[in-house]
Amino acid sequence: MPKLRIRGGVHPQERKLTSEITITRVPTPERLYMPLKQHIGAPAAPDKVIDEIVHKGQIIARAQGNVSANIHAPCSGYLEQITDWAAPHPSGLPTRTMVLVNDGKELRDEVSTPVNPLFLRPEVIAERVSQSGIVGLGGATFPSAVKLTLGQSRNTPVLIINGCECEPYLTCDDRLMQERTQTVMDGIQLLAQALYGPQTIIAIEKNKPEAIEAMELACRDFGNIEVMPVPTRYPMGSEKQLIEYITGRQVPVGKLSADIGVTLHNIATAYAISQAVRHGKPLTHRIVTVAGGAVKRPGNYEVPIGMLISDLLAFCGLKEEPQRILMGGPMMGQALPHADIPITKGCNGVLAMSRAEIGARDEHPCIRCASCVDACPMGLSPLTMAALLKKDKLDNAVNIGLKDCILCGSCSFACPSAIPLVHYFNYGKGELLVRAQQQQKDDEIKRLIQGRQLRMARLEKEKEEMVAKRMQAIAKRKAAEKAAAEQNSEKEVA
Amino acid sequence: MLKPPSSPHISGFTSVPVIMILVVLSLLPGTMLGIYQFGWPALFLFLITVTSAILFESICLKISGKPVRIYCMDFSALLTGWLLAMTLPPWAPWWIGVLGSFCAIVIGKQIFGGIGQNVFNPAMLARTILLVSFPLEMTTWIAPRPFGSAGAPDLAAGWSITSIGIPDLDAVSSASALGHLRTELGRGQLLPDILAPVYDPIASAIGTINGSLGETSAVLFLLGGLFLIYKRIITWHIPASMLATVALMALIFSRIDPNHYAGPLFHLLGGGLMLGAFYIATDPVTSPVSSVGKIIFGTGCGLLLFIIRTWGNYPEGVAFSILLMNAATPLIDHYIKPRIYGHPGSGIGAFLRRQKQDS
Repeated sequence: MPKLRIRGGVHPQERKLTSEITITRVPTPERLYMPLKQHIGAPAAPDKVIDEIVHKGQIIARAQGNVSANIHAPCSGYLEQITDWAAPHPSGLPTRTMVLVNDGKELRDEVSTPVNPLFLRPEVIAERVSQSGIVGLGGATFPSAVKLTLGQSRNTPVLIINGCECEPYLTCDDRLMQERTQTVMDGIQLLAQALYGPQTIIAIEKNKPEAIEAMELACRDFGNIEVMPVPTRYPMGSEKQLIEYITGRQVPVGKLSADIGVTLHNIATAYAISQAVRHGKPLTHRIVTVAGGAVKRPGNYEVPIGMLISDLLAFCGLKEEPQRILMGGPMMGQALPHADIPITKGCNGVLAMSRAEIGARDEHPCIRCASCVDACPMGLSPLTMAALLKKDKLDNAVNIGLKDCILCGSCSFACPSAIPLVHYFNYGKGELLVRAQQQQKDDEIKRLIQGRQLRMARLEKEKEEMVAKRMQAIAKRKAAEKAAAEQNSEKEVA
Repeated sequence: MLKPPSSPHISGFTSVPVIMILVVLSLLPGTMLGIYQFGWPALFLFLITVTSAILFESICLKISGKPVRIYCMDFSALLTGWLLAMTLPPWAPWWIGVLGSFCAIVIGKQIFGGIGQNVFNPAMLARTILLVSFPLEMTTWIAPRPFGSAGAPDLAAGWSITSIGIPDLDAVSSASALGHLRTELGRGQLLPDILAPVYDPIASAIGTINGSLGETSAVLFLLGGLFLIYKRIITWHIPASMLATVALMALIFSRIDPNHYAGPLFHLLGGGLMLGAFYIATDPVTSPVSSVGKIIFGTGCGLLLFIIRTWGNYPEGVAFSILLMNAATPLIDHYIKPRIYGHPGSGIGAFLRRQKQDS
């Protein structure tokens, strides 16, 4: 049973001014910067050596472990160096990055493509998705193949395609659905095929009527694929909230959506899957919304992964010096320290915000107005959690739900006192991570010490046993000698 | 380099100053009617109370080293002073207003650490201190004397009433409907006989009756409160549950014994219930944050109010009932929380289950 509305949430100004602008392809710049970690899980490991020639679409770094993703070259050229480069993170701290030099020749290896991918076995589709390095392109960047395999093993009867795009400004999924409807539909069919044909629901927020119309037209011929327009309310596009809205069920704490029979994929992911499985094109480009008051030509751009944001902004032009550069939407996006940071797989937007758009406000003390409680889609009490974190009472904050916070920013948005609530929760979660790592380290040390103690005790015991044995042996021998001597003396006497 | 700021990078449309100004705006019609009705002394007392509240706030902020301009511009002291002025007898002497503002701002709010930190509603705390300390001054009600009507004091006379006192007390004072009811019931009279000469529901609703500025026009404060709900400054939970509880209690008891218990309309329109339900009980600082908690809070206020009005020693109990429930707010907030997504159990149900598990 679908729900009538999600809990809480806010309705920011949509500012989706780029929803009418067709996708433009951006020429590949001279250098591309490919971080080895663009996904959730273990970083990929370089598969090329410095100065080695690479062709477009070749794997340049391989996935490591179960949760990881391959990285492919978006251009042909050669690997210049493997270095530390600023990561797409507010800290701007360096991360391992492969630098490709573009030779402009667009050389590409021949790839074999299936005649009809819709006849592929589900495991084969998952394998091809895995090979193509596809991750959740809505921003979560969880490797899509892992999700598919999980869905296959749990046999999820519902597939939700997330076309909500609830963040203001962003229109890249909207444009994909309007312009490349057939490819998106193909990807959705492949996803459905990979999951043994579940009931498929394409969720689109009602503020995208053209996309809804296009998708409805495209899935007219499919009985088990339908479009469901959902209310325009942030954060409708959040996985947990969307699942609850559509199925009426909540994902229990500590469980995955697959545990309640739901697999969820993003529109852009479906598009990338069609490209990969049908055409053999791995994930090397993505659609990025470039917008914000400081941009001269805002729009949606098809950008090679690894392109520097400064290059992209130079291509789109700047009207003024941006007050803040964001990667992602304005609600959850990261503020970047500078623009020399590459576009990664999960980057759905680059916003160069002008001063007027951000609208700085004075911070006031909390008046307990409960706007944040009403706005929280997870049912938390942000004001209480923030007050506890301010006093460094991390455990108390965890007790009332810090781990459940999805950092959607609804609370900070709604706060009339302009308290940076999300900042506190980020801090708290960071502290939890540090603590978990420390705990892991301590456990490891403990394990080693215990192992050593056991080994030492065993050696000690063995030594003691050896000594005892030898003593016994000596005593035996002495006894034997004594007995022999006595016998001898008896003989002598005799 | 500046630290990159945290998400979200856009913000909503409200701010603390805007909230306070909207509340003040919604109070304006009722206040103006009250001042019109009680003339110059009411205006003087009102201005003195509000000004001294802002003054005390500034002094406290200065002493505690907080930015006076930013914190004073949140208009919270203006609102506290305003609400306090609404609860004072309109012809009370000037020092009642100043002392009240001192109690509200310094004792009621700043001693706890300023805005957002106080346990009790400052205006109600001040009113209660004044009521128990100066019962005579705080219960001297006068019949309405609108500007220009016969018997209304002129500017000079009005100023002398506020600065020195009422010259001929017996000539102007009159008991409020609730007070009259209490006295006469005490003398063994029956309710219909008592109310007939003094109580008119229409006058009580519009506000052409005696009382403090905030006890006159039930309708104007009701409309102001509905405006606040419409603007999403307050939610319906506290006022609705408080009014409903009072009405229900009055209905039950007036049906059982109509000779000794007044009906729901008398209770709803009488005294400061409307002001209390929409403006005082909904003070976010001193009321619970969750919806269920708010309903418990409002119901508690309504219940206590009816008990105090009916069986207590004071004719009116808005301030007492709200203060008592203010004290219960941390407890309510501790036990009643919204259900967290994906976790089992919610609100009262989860609380009861936990209790069961513990025992």
